[in-house]
Amino acid sequence: MCLGIPGELVAFGDDPPDLATVDVSGVRRRINIGLLEGEDLRPGDWVLVHVGFALSKISESEAQALLQFLEDMGQAYDDEIAAFRESSP
Amino acid sequence: MRFVDEFRDAGKARALAARIAALCEPGRSYRFMEVCGGHTHTIYKHGIEDFLPEAVRLVHGPGCPVCVIPMGRVDDAIAIARQPDVIMTSFGDMMRVPGGQGSFFDAKAAGADIRMVYSPLDALKIARAEPGKRVVFMAIGFETTAPSTAMTVLRAAADGVDNFAVFCNHVMIIPAIKAILDSPDLRLDGFLGPGHVSAVIGCRPYEFIARDHGRPLVCAGFEPLDILQSVHLLLRQLAEGRAQVENQYSRVVPWDGNPKALRVIGEVMEPRPYFEWRGLGFISHSALRIKEAYARFDAERIFDLPGVRVADPKACQCGEVLKGVLRPWECKVFGTACTPETPIGTCMVSSEGACAAYYAFGRFSRERVREASRT
Ligand code: SF4
Repeated sequence: MCLGIPGELVAFGDDPPDLATVDVSGVRRRINIGLLEGEDLRPGDWVLVHVGFALSKISESEAQALLQFLEDMGQAYDDEIAAFRESSP
Repeated sequence: MRFVDEFRDAGKARALAARIAALCEPGRSYRFMEVCGGHTHTIYKHGIEDFLPEAVRLVHGPGCPVCVIPMGRVDDAIAIARQPDVIMTSFGDMMRVPGGQGSFFDAKAAGADIRMVYSPLDALKIARAEPGKRVVFMAIGFETTAPSTAMTVLRAAADGVDNFAVFCNHVMIIPAIKAILDSPDLRLDGFLGPGHVSAVIGCRPYEFIARDHGRPLVCAGFEPLDILQSVHLLLRQLAEGRAQVENQYSRVVPWDGNPKALRVIGEVMEPRPYFEWRGLGFISHSALRIKEAYARFDAERIFDLPGVRVADPKACQCGEVLKGVLRPWECKVFGTACTPETPIGTCMVSSEGACAAYYAFGRFSRERVREASRT
């Protein structure tokens, strides 16, 4: 119910204007984008889809930043493990 | 980027798990409530608890919209569905939810025209196609779903689809969290905030939790790494002696939410003085109803409703489960009298319900084994 799924905007309709087509892992469906008024939406943008409506535009830069942070954390962890291994007799 | 698989990486999960373990003070235990049923679902589907040290316990909260619908409202909805020339439409999640006199499925088997829809817009489509019928949408859900219902009512009004109506059961998360915080039998160290509700209401409404209750809250996404990182952020706040609202799910949740969504809710709906929640009882200003201006789309005004309050079955311990006091398998009827096929309580119905999530993903047996090996 509260599960939303990320979908990629692939096309916009003009009639009515608040419909757009999203692709969710290969499945295409028309959804309503009327709740994203004022957002600059283009094909290739990702949105969170919930019960037939786009609820939020997904920020690629925020997602990248988080993944990079986790990547660095993983790296630091691997380094620590390596150092730990080397230090143990 | 597909915004799913990237957030399921096992290596990163292990790194986070190590950080989490390192942040736990020896001898201290932590209890974090995940408010949202979507989180409960992820936690059991991906076995998140296996990545957490024993000291960290996730407690399920009241945020499964299907689970909190009281029996009386289900009966009211069925009473509407039984009227002549009515088509009741509902999310699939709702079909099996037991009322005092059976579920939508039972009513459908007995001849009522009840149809599953994916979106309220599908219900509106049926209304257009069947002008001779009255099409009612069983609206449930938190602030995540309320804007979609509101938008659909606005569209019906704009297009003059007057045979469409909404049976409004939308609930609000903040009053539910307040009720949890006021409950004396629950010790919590922090909250995982509901990500998709927050996409609508933003992060500010939670500030009282940090300010007045001294508990941190982290708005969390729904992939395994999101949840682990949110737990990490909570522990870091506690380690540093802070209690703040943080936004882990910034790729989806703007700090101020979705202004248009809030506006359409406010246009079409208003808070009810009080509403009954299954297991939690009556909570004031905790639910939404259709405003007078849209009365012609309000099923509560169109139909005579029995409006009878039905007590939960004696065997049902959903209230305790929804408040996080009891773990699903500790309920006496879990997995025996109460299963997803024959649910006694609501938590066993939706995949976001704690009992159904435990049941579906084998937690039940694993928990039992762990418990048994301890004694
Ligand atoms: S097992 Fe069934 S009755 Fe017991 S708490 Fe879970 S849903 Fe409710």
